[in-house]
Amino acid sequence: MSGVHAAPFVQPASFEFTPESLEQVNRHIAKYPKGRQQSAVMPLLDIAQRQNGGWLPEAAIRVIGELLGMPYIRVYEVASFYTMYNLVPVGRHFVQVCTTTPCWLRGSDQVMDACRQSLGVRNGQTSADGQFTLLEVECLGACVNAPMMQIGDDFYEDLDADSTRRILDDLKAGRAPTPGPQIDRVNAAPVGGPTTLKETA
Amino acid sequence: MLADQDRIFTNLYGLHSPYLDGAKARGDWDGTAALIANGQDWIITQVKESGLRGRGGAGFPTGLKMSFMPKESDGRPSYLVVNADEGEPGTCKDREIMRHDPHKLVEGCLIAGYAMRAVAAYIYIRGEFFREAENLQRAIDEAYESGLIGANACGTGYRFDVYVHRGMGAYICGEETALIESLEGKKGQPRLKPPFPANMGVWGCPTTVSNVESIAVIPTILRRGATWFSGIGRPNNTGTKLFCISGHVNKPCTVEEAMSVPLRELIEKHCGGVRGGWANLLAVIPGGSSVPVLPKAICDDVLMDFDALKAVQSGLGTAAVIVMDKSTDIVKAIARLSKFYMHESCGQCTPCREGTGWMWRVMDRLVRGEAEVPEIDLLQEVTKQVEGHTICALGDAAAWPIQGLIRHFRPELETRIAAYKNAQVQAA
Repeated sequence: MSGVHAAPFVQPASFEFTPESLEQVNRHIAKYPKGRQQSAVMPLLDIAQRQNGGWLPEAAIRVIGELLGMPYIRVYEVASFYTMYNLVPVGRHFVQVCTTTPCWLRGSDQVMDACRQSLGVRNGQTSADGQFTLLEVECLGACVNAPMMQIGDDFYEDLDADSTRRILDDLKAGRAPTPGPQIDRVNAAPVGGPTTLKETA
Repeated sequence: MLADQDRIFTNLYGLHSPYLDGAKARGDWDGTAALIANGQDWIITQVKESGLRGRGGAGFPTGLKMSFMPKESDGRPSYLVVNADEGEPGTCKDREIMRHDPHKLVEGCLIAGYAMRAVAAYIYIRGEFFREAENLQRAIDEAYESGLIGANACGTGYRFDVYVHRGMGAYICGEETALIESLEGKKGQPRLKPPFPANMGVWGCPTTVSNVESIAVIPTILRRGATWFSGIGRPNNTGTKLFCISGHVNKPCTVEEAMSVPLRELIEKHCGGVRGGWANLLAVIPGGSSVPVLPKAICDDVLMDFDALKAVQSGLGTAAVIVMDKSTDIVKAIARLSKFYMHESCGQCTPCREGTGWMWRVMDRLVRGEAEVPEIDLLQEVTKQVEGHTICALGDAAAWPIQGLIRHFRPELETRIAAYKNAQVQAA
């Protein structure tokens, strides 16, 4: 369960997997030994969340419990334990800024400030138009490309205030910003080019 | 400096294709069937003789761990579980393996899995690594389509499956028994040991949980020979290692170097040095957020390996080097880690659940100097009450950074407390 605050919202009365989702559901259940279908609860919750625009309604938790033969509370326990499940609605673009020490040392405060100003929201809030949710999160595992943020499924790395604003402006305008380092470097190689593996480069 | 021909991860920066064509060009899947034909004992002996120690943080000998798995099944299948829940702040090395060299991991799963008589490998990858999981899944699909894994892996007649299981944002699932719980579809709360996973792991079956890097280096070790690997680094600290250097260096990067490389050489050769020069260095956290910080005086000549860092009361951990120059508010840097551990405590054990919050609240006051000097000793005592009194090592991981801060930067804490008191007096 993430730290997103939500305005009052309505829980949908029912939830149903689409045929496309059901195909994924069955593929995931098949990964685990017979009788161990509970292991698929995490991927199933993720599939439901993606189908439902980024958040998990109670009805989906119920449906998954029935599908896997698990009591509702066991599924809810999982949904509320892991931070990537959103039990309240989030914006179309879920902006998660890492502020743990390696990112903080390289200016994640400025990235957070730029996000707050650009989006007009505080940490944990969703913009009035429902387009953006901003959340400060713990280490996302891209520390040599700090500071960074995750938007949806993509990492935007080597940020500063300007590049952060540019990425958010792109999204507001319906453009797709390029993920990865926002400065002139290749992935996790040092700026200016690798110091190793030059013969194979 | 390690020579390029001794580097294992030759597509570390993603300059080439991560997929099967590229992987084969880099030597992966070359003669895998012949390696397997040497038998389980040979593989495990080679890994033991290479001196490979687990790359996930604890540094337990990998070959020895593999040998704990049952040689004869009592009817239960055995499993290899790969810990790809990379979450220790500062650490981002397994990410590079999975997105740029995923076939090294898949081939390693087959070979290590075969050696442990496992029927399948489950790779538990942190949920935020969505694109990395995509690349890894594509590599697995390619390996199935080419008959490298599956019903008749590499034509050996051995059946071996590899699956990806995505985590969903819980640092604690990097702890092996929490990871197993999570893989079973539960909250990630660590189990008491014993029973150890090699006896009773996932679904009650014999299981070995190993880090991505530990598994991914095994095929190369077998191809080039245990003595090649053990000839790099120092005795008991052998081989090559991926280092992630973040923070106040001119050029942060991930790089494969020889184990036991001097810290200063690592930073100056690959990262363009400390911002403002070596003299501007304040401190380094040498192995990911949980290991104690080291002041510049120790950093000047310390070697980057398990034993050298243990000797200075820190640790190699995941080899995630977090560099801080003299502009750093060191108390705030460590306090932020305390907040991290408070956030990530799973809540199962009281000393950790309550202790991480308590420690962060005191640390938060110490950042401002809003404390009494005896509270430093009280804080130290509380870290000792958390350390070693919990089911898993998260409690220890929360305690060590604070212990390191008090050990090396106590004068800074006292100065801050005095300054805060002065400001209060002047305001009154």
